[in-house]
Amino acid sequence: MIAQLPILIIMIPLLAAPLFVLLGNRKIVLPLALAVCWSVFAISIALLKQVIETGTISYELGGWPSPYGIVYVVDYLSAFVMLFVSGLGAIVLTYAPISISREIPHSKHYLFYTTYVLCMTGLLGMCITGDLFNVFVFLEISSLSTYALISLGKTRRAPLASLQYLIIGTVGATFFLIGIGLLYQMTGTLNMADIASRVETVNGPRTMRVAFGFMTVGLGIKMAVFPLHTWLPNAYTHAPSVVTCFIAATATKVSVYAFVRLVYGIFTPNFAFETLQLDQALMVFSLIGIFIASGAAIYQTDIKRLLAYSSVAQIGYMLLGISMANVGGLSAGIVHMFNHSLIKGGLFMVVGCFALRIGSVKLEDLRGAGKTMPLTSFAWAIGGLGLIGVPMTAGFISKWLLLTSAVELGWWPVAVLMLLSSLLAVVYIWRVVETLYFSEPSKLAATAKEAPLLMLIPTYVVIGASVVFGCWTVYSAGLASKAAAALLGIAEAGGVQ
Amino acid sequence: MTMDQFLGLYNYWIVIFLMMTGFYIVIARENLIKTVIGLNIFQTSVFLLYITMGKVTDGTAPIIQNPVEHHGEHHGEDHGEHAAEHAAEIGVTNVQALSGGADSVSVTSTTTNETLDQRIEAVVPASFEEDLPGRAVDATSHGLETAGHGLDAAGHALETVGHTDEIYSNPLPSVLMLTAIVVGIATTALALALIVRIREEYGTIEESEILELDRNS
Repeated sequence: MIAQLPILIIMIPLLAAPLFVLLGNRKIVLPLALAVCWSVFAISIALLKQVIETGTISYELGGWPSPYGIVYVVDYLSAFVMLFVSGLGAIVLTYAPISISREIPHSKHYLFYTTYVLCMTGLLGMCITGDLFNVFVFLEISSLSTYALISLGKTRRAPLASLQYLIIGTVGATFFLIGIGLLYQMTGTLNMADIASRVETVNGPRTMRVAFGFMTVGLGIKMAVFPLHTWLPNAYTHAPSVVTCFIAATATKVSVYAFVRLVYGIFTPNFAFETLQLDQALMVFSLIGIFIASGAAIYQTDIKRLLAYSSVAQIGYMLLGISMANVGGLSAGIVHMFNHSLIKGGLFMVVGCFALRIGSVKLEDLRGAGKTMPLTSFAWAIGGLGLIGVPMTAGFISKWLLLTSAVELGWWPVAVLMLLSSLLAVVYIWRVVETLYFSEPSKLAATAKEAPLLMLIPTYVVIGASVVFGCWTVYSAGLASKAAAALLGIAEAGGVQ
Repeated sequence: MTMDQFLGLYNYWIVIFLMMTGFYIVIARENLIKTVIGLNIFQTSVFLLYITMGKVTDGTAPIIQNPVEHHGEHHGEDHGEHAAEHAAEIGVTNVQALSGGADSVSVTSTTTNETLDQRIEAVVPASFEEDLPGRAVDATSHGLETAGHGLDAAGHALETVGHTDEIYSNPLPSVLMLTAIVVGIATTALALALIVRIREEYGTIEESEILELDRNS
């Protein structure tokens, strides 16, 4: 049983999806979906425990030895990413029922649960697989289900936002596929470890560079890195609140994970950063992205859109860490995936509570909600502090790690710009806090009730976790630095050969 | 690059032409349906790219041909392969018996080779009585043994095939493209479904008109 965990984490949600369609709109679907998500979370904890105790797990599908068969690889990095993806997935689904009963027509609830578990399958699959073509397939499973989830939004703009994302997302995925094809042409294999061992001997031919370029741009679209982020604000704004919580917390992070694998697991940082000098391009785009997106967030009147722009900015911090290519920077990038997933997930859950009770997420309608919805508003304030990076919150840990590695490398301008960009976060978070606490209540907010406990408790679990992991970092920054060391260790060993 | 090389790479030129055409349509077209068609062309170009890289000049599908059909003299190999086939079939039927379908054994066994058929029938009546699994396992191991012998013979057959310079194309890229085609169909279907909903809501599928409607609302 224990030996089969790597396949179960994929098969359970994958098989649950058609089962939910067959069950239709019965009441049993919700408890089943909850059981699926929480058991997947339990499996990911077990896998992480196993990795810490015994090291990397390789699972050969159907008993075909790699590189001939598909292999699932669970190491520190993939176990860590799977842990928070499945964890957030489970908590958000626990929070979901009340919110979706308001935002999604009842007849479509079972389809919501179906696409939700499918999306989770795709995201977990991208983390666990050691086969490059498999990454593409899981990427498309998660993307297609995300498009469907976004189109469930109430307004007529939801299908349009979904279609825009579908078009640009498919272009991105196809770019990734072209890259895989060119790599296969050069190496004759699809197994990541196998490719990595062959790339070294043929370092630098043009096909390799083109392949890397296609894959980077493809993943860049999925990560929503500036300037490929245009799909994200509309998609996050018009999707149902629960869907936004889930995809904002997980989807872009998993693409960042795939990018880390690509650079550190397959092409080696030597190729990506010295032959191609991607690190400078990444750094420039990250910093421009951080400033432009944070600046755009300040002027938003819709807090969902505000948080969406803030997400684009936060992806910039992750890529900044990844482009540093030392243990400190890389672990900062990885731990920021985790921390930002908690913070942004939590904040979008707060937005979901406002949407339920006030019926709007426009800033003007939220005026004075601090009086009628004190607990929800307080959760926003705590989560906001995390987003800014105030000490004792998770956001501080990742920004501190980033700053220290930037200073270590002597990138003083980067360090200064990062501090300045945090001030922009202060501005957009404070604007909302001010509206909530220090303005005359709007008509809608004055009559609003506190959000139901079933939504508040999961929200506080996530927001609370962002504070806990701001003080206690054994399992966040600790694991991330182990993962980073392992990635760089592999890269160095590959360089020696 | 000489003219010959240039022409020799014609598949790649087609791929690039289709890729750019599709991509241009995606970027330039206002009509949502046309955008989706552009997306399809773009994806199709990638299918061609993969299939091109798997194709070997004069290569056939990687299926081991029965040498007897080409060269009548290899009788021994013929027997070997037939034995292997039948033995494998028996193996399969016995596995079915294991999973509890004693009926299926008698049904399938009628289709198998005569001598081996008798062996099976010797097993089947007994297996109707009490210890079906035990018998079935015996039968399976027996079947597999025969399969083993048969495969040895088939192995010889393969060796002879190896000597007749057959060239095979690489099947893997084509297999990958089957998956990619399915993904493409799913994407197109979803996109069209979304366009239907957009048409219902806005009454148009021209992107500029839709944006105009949104600006006014």
